[in-house]
Amino acid sequence: MSIITTNNLHKIYDETIVPVYAVNGISLEFDKGEFTAIIGPSGCGKTTLLNLIGGLDQPTKGEVIIDGTNITQLKQTEIIDFRLKNIGFVFQAYNLIPVLTAKENIEFIMQLQGIPKKDRDKRVIDLLEAVGLKDRMNNRPSELSGGQQQRVAVARALASKPKFVLADEPTANLDSKSTNNLLDIMLKLNEVEGTTFIFSTHDSRVMQRAHRLISLEDGKVQQDQKIK
Amino acid sequence: MLLSIAWKNVWRNKLRSLIVILSISLGLLGGLFYLAFANGMVQHQIDATIKTQISNIQLHNPKYRLNNEVKYTIDSPDSIIKKIEEINGVRAATSRIKSTAMVSSAITGAGITINGINPVKEKNVTTLYKKIVYGTYLIPGKKYQIFIGQKLADKLNVKVKSKIVIAALDMSGNITYGAFKIVGIFKTESTNFDLSNVFVLKNDLRKLIGFPSEQTTEIAVLLNNNDQTDLIANKIKKIFNRAISEKKLDVETWVEIQPALKLINEMFIEYSMIFLIIILVALSFGIVNTMLMVIMERVRELGMLMAIGMSKLKIFLMIMLETIFLSITGGAAGLFLSWVAITVTHKTGIDLSAVSEGLNALGYSSFVHPMLGFTYYILIGSLVIVTAIMASILPARKALKLNPAEAVRQNV
Repeated sequence: MSIITTNNLHKIYDETIVPVYAVNGISLEFDKGEFTAIIGPSGCGKTTLLNLIGGLDQPTKGEVIIDGTNITQLKQTEIIDFRLKNIGFVFQAYNLIPVLTAKENIEFIMQLQGIPKKDRDKRVIDLLEAVGLKDRMNNRPSELSGGQQQRVAVARALASKPKFVLADEPTANLDSKSTNNLLDIMLKLNEVEGTTFIFSTHDSRVMQRAHRLISLEDGKVQQDQKIK
Repeated sequence: MLLSIAWKNVWRNKLRSLIVILSISLGLLGGLFYLAFANGMVQHQIDATIKTQISNIQLHNPKYRLNNEVKYTIDSPDSIIKKIEEINGVRAATSRIKSTAMVSSAITGAGITINGINPVKEKNVTTLYKKIVYGTYLIPGKKYQIFIGQKLADKLNVKVKSKIVIAALDMSGNITYGAFKIVGIFKTESTNFDLSNVFVLKNDLRKLIGFPSEQTTEIAVLLNNNDQTDLIANKIKKIFNRAISEKKLDVETWVEIQPALKLINEMFIEYSMIFLIIILVALSFGIVNTMLMVIMERVRELGMLMAIGMSKLKIFLMIMLETIFLSITGGAAGLFLSWVAITVTHKTGIDLSAVSEGLNALGYSSFVHPMLGFTYYILIGSLVIVTAIMASILPARKALKLNPAEAVRQNV
């Protein structure tokens, strides 16, 4: 069942001077429970495509439909609320809040959603166990390794129980051990909880473990291959 | 949640926050201390003027105040004083005969106001007897003694036991003369008062100018609390409503008698407030600059917050709260430091005797006790909050203009 649909999606930068076609007519469908990697050389449009799917950017043309909602037609305040309730984000640079502990970082998004403290506490502990960081829950990001920070970021992305998680080059700053560790956790969550993951990557280790590979070049889909 | 995260963010860069807090504290300390210093000078001047010169309330014949002519009198002063002293809040009242006159020594002369007083009753109303620098206060029953200011003594080149001659108009409008022996010399904070006022026994002046008994030119009323001046003045007006309506009596407060005193002092306070507001505006630029730096440093984090679904209003409030916390911490420290400095110097006083001549010429004391009412602390505290809110708007707006898609990838 398709959870995300992009129809003839375009994103053109500097339209009036020298137009750059970052995304050039991409039409894709993503099913629930997918573990998809979007690959391609730098500047091929991976991040732009993720930003458009995540509602962080507005397409020049085309539409993004998530679970029946055309997010390109939502107002700014509506799209922010939509992101909060439906989409989880993992960023290349982890982007945790440095003044909060691992536990507080994960809890933060649930506080934004207005989830009661009792429910928050249980969910945070479950997620910290899932990413193997229960014993580091009271540590601040500066006291964690890069791999540990990214695991907290994954837990934060899942805290709000989103329909899917968008991860923009999540392993770019990690060593092999941390990358494998993170992928194990993401695959486990994908298999056990059925979480949909869509990530952009250059990393061959990630590509090897993805269930679907979408290859982009010059803002267009070159190849869309289901591996598993 | 926002309160907690905003407070934690304030301490993200401790050194920078402490520098901002210190600058706010010192700015407020400077401004508030100046305000307290000015207020101390002003309040002391008002207090000294009331206690040594004019008292809180005065009663005259309405025509007397036009040219200070001694022929315009108040009838039955003793019965008026008795009724006034029954009013709750009145400390004491006394009657005086006041007339313009000339005083001459062997060297020179000067125009003065001669005050005929009852020294026993006058002591309850004015503190002039505490300002003696040479000799004594007027002694009841001892004839033709005079009590003069040091400035006038210097001008006339006279001292205690010297004789001086008073020339005044009697009740018929003829000039009359009288020789008086100086028993004491006083010095107040106002050289102008010291130069232009002399005091003699009421009976001596009465005899000199032929002033009728059972009459007076002025009744002075001292209150326990200056704040009650208007209230008690209204009560007195009510009691003597008939005499007032018949234009036989006029009741005036010290503000009406010396409007310039209140005006100049209000101006002094207003200038101090303007000075303080300028300090706050200057500080607000520092706060804005610091918060803009904070925003620039946290572009990626703010982008992330927008991306994960934190509303613009919450981001705006978070930045605003950070600015307010930073400012309020500095403000609270500044208010506390100011309170300590003002309390200590209020007790010890600040000696400005090096410039006493200039200050006394303007009617100010050369020993200043800075003071500031609690309402000023509340007012300044509120101004700090308003400044913080104003200073937070620009950085908070700057944060809202970030594009989350670009912000999350900054410096990646």
